[in-house]
Amino acid sequence: MARSVTTQRKTINTVLAWAVGLLIFFPILWTILTSFKTEAQAINDPPIWFFFDWTLENYSVVQERSNYMKFLWNSVIIAGGSTVLGVIIAIPAAWSMAFVPSKRTKDILLWMLSTKMLPAVGVLYPIYLLFIKLGLLDSRFGLVIVLMLINLPIIVWMLYTYFREIPGEILEAARMDGATLKEEIIYVLTPMAIPGIASTLLLNVILAWNEAFWTLNLTAANAAPLTAFIASYSSPEGLFYAKLSAASVMAIAPILIMGWFSQKQLVRGLTFGAVK
Amino acid sequence: MATAQSRSAARLMMTPAVVLLLGWMLVPLIMTLYFSFKRYLPLRGGDLGWVGFENYVRFVTSSAFWPSVQTTLIIVGGVLVITICLGVLLAILLDQPMWGQGIVRILVIAPFFVMPTVSALVWKNMFMDPINGLFAHLWKFFGAEPIQWLSQASLPSLVMIVSWQWLPFATLILLTAIQSLDSEQLEAAEMDGAPALKRFWYIILPHLSRAITIVVLIQTIFLLAIFAEIFVTTGGAFGTKTLSYLIFQRVLESQNIGLGSAGGVYAIILANILAMFLMRIVGKNLD
Amino acid sequence: MGRITLDQVTKSFGEVNVIPPLDLTIEDGEFVVFVGPSGCGKSTLLRLIAGLEDVSSGQIRIDGNDATALPPAKRSLAMVFQSYALYPHMTVRKNIAFPMKMAGVPEDEQKRRIESAAKALNLADYLDRRPGQLSGGQRQRVAIGRAIVREPAAFLFDEPLSNLDAALRVGMRMEISELHKKLDTTMIYVTHDQVEAMTMADKIVVLQAGIIEQVGSPLDLYRAPRNRFVAGFIGSPKMNIFEGEEAKKHNAHAIGIRPEHLTASKEGGTWKGTVGVSEHLGSDTFLHVHDTGLDETITVRVGGEFDAHHGDTVFLTPEQDKIHRFGADGLRID
Repeated sequence: MARSVTTQRKTINTVLAWAVGLLIFFPILWTILTSFKTEAQAINDPPIWFFFDWTLENYSVVQERSNYMKFLWNSVIIAGGSTVLGVIIAIPAAWSMAFVPSKRTKDILLWMLSTKMLPAVGVLYPIYLLFIKLGLLDSRFGLVIVLMLINLPIIVWMLYTYFREIPGEILEAARMDGATLKEEIIYVLTPMAIPGIASTLLLNVILAWNEAFWTLNLTAANAAPLTAFIASYSSPEGLFYAKLSAASVMAIAPILIMGWFSQKQLVRGLTFGAVK
Repeated sequence: MATAQSRSAARLMMTPAVVLLLGWMLVPLIMTLYFSFKRYLPLRGGDLGWVGFENYVRFVTSSAFWPSVQTTLIIVGGVLVITICLGVLLAILLDQPMWGQGIVRILVIAPFFVMPTVSALVWKNMFMDPINGLFAHLWKFFGAEPIQWLSQASLPSLVMIVSWQWLPFATLILLTAIQSLDSEQLEAAEMDGAPALKRFWYIILPHLSRAITIVVLIQTIFLLAIFAEIFVTTGGAFGTKTLSYLIFQRVLESQNIGLGSAGGVYAIILANILAMFLMRIVGKNLD
Repeated sequence: MGRITLDQVTKSFGEVNVIPPLDLTIEDGEFVVFVGPSGCGKSTLLRLIAGLEDVSSGQIRIDGNDATALPPAKRSLAMVFQSYALYPHMTVRKNIAFPMKMAGVPEDEQKRRIESAAKALNLADYLDRRPGQLSGGQRQRVAIGRAIVREPAAFLFDEPLSNLDAALRVGMRMEISELHKKLDTTMIYVTHDQVEAMTMADKIVVLQAGIIEQVGSPLDLYRAPRNRFVAGFIGSPKMNIFEGEEAKKHNAHAIGIRPEHLTASKEGGTWKGTVGVSEHLGSDTFLHVHDTGLDETITVRVGGEFDAHHGDTVFLTPEQDKIHRFGADGLRID
């Protein structure tokens, strides 16, 4: 129940919260603003806030110089591919755990989660070696596989928690109605779980998009996604603030927007349903 | 409750996920274990034979080991303290009635979706650069000498950057937990004459304890593995070498696979100890 | 055709034995009700017949064919679930069409059957709505419609009315009974409500702890309950059962008398007692009488109005030929 509060208190809350919110958001805001400045204005002292010559030049320069579209495309393929592949593998597994639970289901779920905790750096070299042996180094396919495996536990968990909310009687009804297991999953379970599957896709695309250990260490020129694209700007020759900002905005914009849509799922996904 | 048919179907459908993860876990793990007992230098002679526990001993006795443990603890501990304290305050603030709550939430959550390489670069150059950074401008405005953030105050700077990234996560989880608090409980306490501070201490904080534990565990696991932030800002210099970064350097930069693998085994053990606590909490929630 | 035979069927979940060896035959066209308190195994028994659970041992035959190992889809049975189990993402039409789609029934035949089911169940106006937009009673009818179009050998109902409010329940009860008369197909109906059992069944199966306590027509069970459990379970209000001196007079360990087989009087009778609670319904008056010298509170039903209130003294007289006698083993003595 909403409690009535005085307008005065609400005003104070609002001012305070907006101030804090803007402070936290400021680095992103500043990056966005800078991306529209000229290089000279970007490092002007004192800083120029809004009254500068707005320009889109940085964006076209960034695209020209480092072929942004190629990195973007790699990110899309790697994040999207690993997530979709993960969901395809996870749906049957989550179905099993949610609707045919056994004594071991809980142990299997927890074990899957524990693989997520393996420190990447501990197994960096073996993976590196395997990638060389299998010719997967600097290939999008290799990264799709690795990121799929990293996020698979989260995908299984999220789908499992969503599936558990679907009453088992409906699936039994489908079975009584003559549906095979495949038909039951395709015609009944999946359409009913669309919202849950969508949130799972969203959150995992974000996680894969921002993954910055494997993507930096297993790619070079060919398969490098946006994380590597940005990292290339850390070398001194790349130090042009306006262009750096433009590149940053281009790297985070798609995911920032997706992220805003998936805040709620974030809690559920990353806490494995332990906070509701 | 099901038939033998659906049970065997279930086993079959679980197989791909289980086999993949089992392979993903075991193959590299066994390889790491194998290398950790070898003297293995790919660029200087390759496999030079078994050395027993020498790598393990060398890793912990090297001069870089204890500083890296200290650095790791400072970063993890610092970020945890900052994100949880600010997170609780922020969550309580965001839970209050106000105008534009949705937009404020979006502003607060945004840093979490910024990829680590971007946030490290933006902070490093546009804020912490001693000549052109915004902080330098600010310091000069007040007549102070700009700070060389990433060399003079490297660890606090790093803690700050990482805290900025993780504060949204802590806030969001704590906010979710606060919102699940039964408002009648608070009203009852108010009727009983408990002042705001006592209500916070005796009702809100205990209610949040579980969420806080989860934040601690999940963040710890991610924080132990932070990589891009260090890679982009200091490259491990100026005392910012964490345990995992040290292992990374041993493996890729000095190409001492045996030594790096021994370090990796330490990291895996450490992560598993932490993971066990997390499992216990999550596991309880399953029943 | 729908003759269902259970032969030495058992079911255990791990260590727990839910159903000990059980034999039962359900004749074609019969309306059979499984009734018993919650946890008595009645739903499990239904799910065994449906094929949603495996039997641990024994055999289930449908029309003489062994169906024990068949998956649910192959048993030509249709089930109506307690929660209705409608597909929320499909319209009513698609819900009803689903089993036919799975069975590969031709489109025009599907259409014909949907039309006739919709007409029979008063659903014609709702065919394009989704289950979420329907009331409880309408959802129930959609679930029944989905079952009808399969033209199954038998219908299985799992407590289908327990989610409806009291008034709607009476209406649906009659609709289902009427449907049975019209279709003349075997129906197996699970409920914990003995009123539903009494009003709908051709044959009632009373279960307790997985054991069949008695099988018979409603009036058989009412007139001659085989043991104390059935005696207490069938009939409302419950039969008064008491042990002690009074029972010994009848050469029994315990005797039972239904509330409607007692007469109450203010002047005189067999047992004298004090009214604890009196319930005046107009059509009937129920008195709960203490201190009769018997070891239980006695409930008596008096037709029409009867002027007695808390604290009043009344006299009760049983109809001698309606007294049920039970032995120490709980079984009926005839």
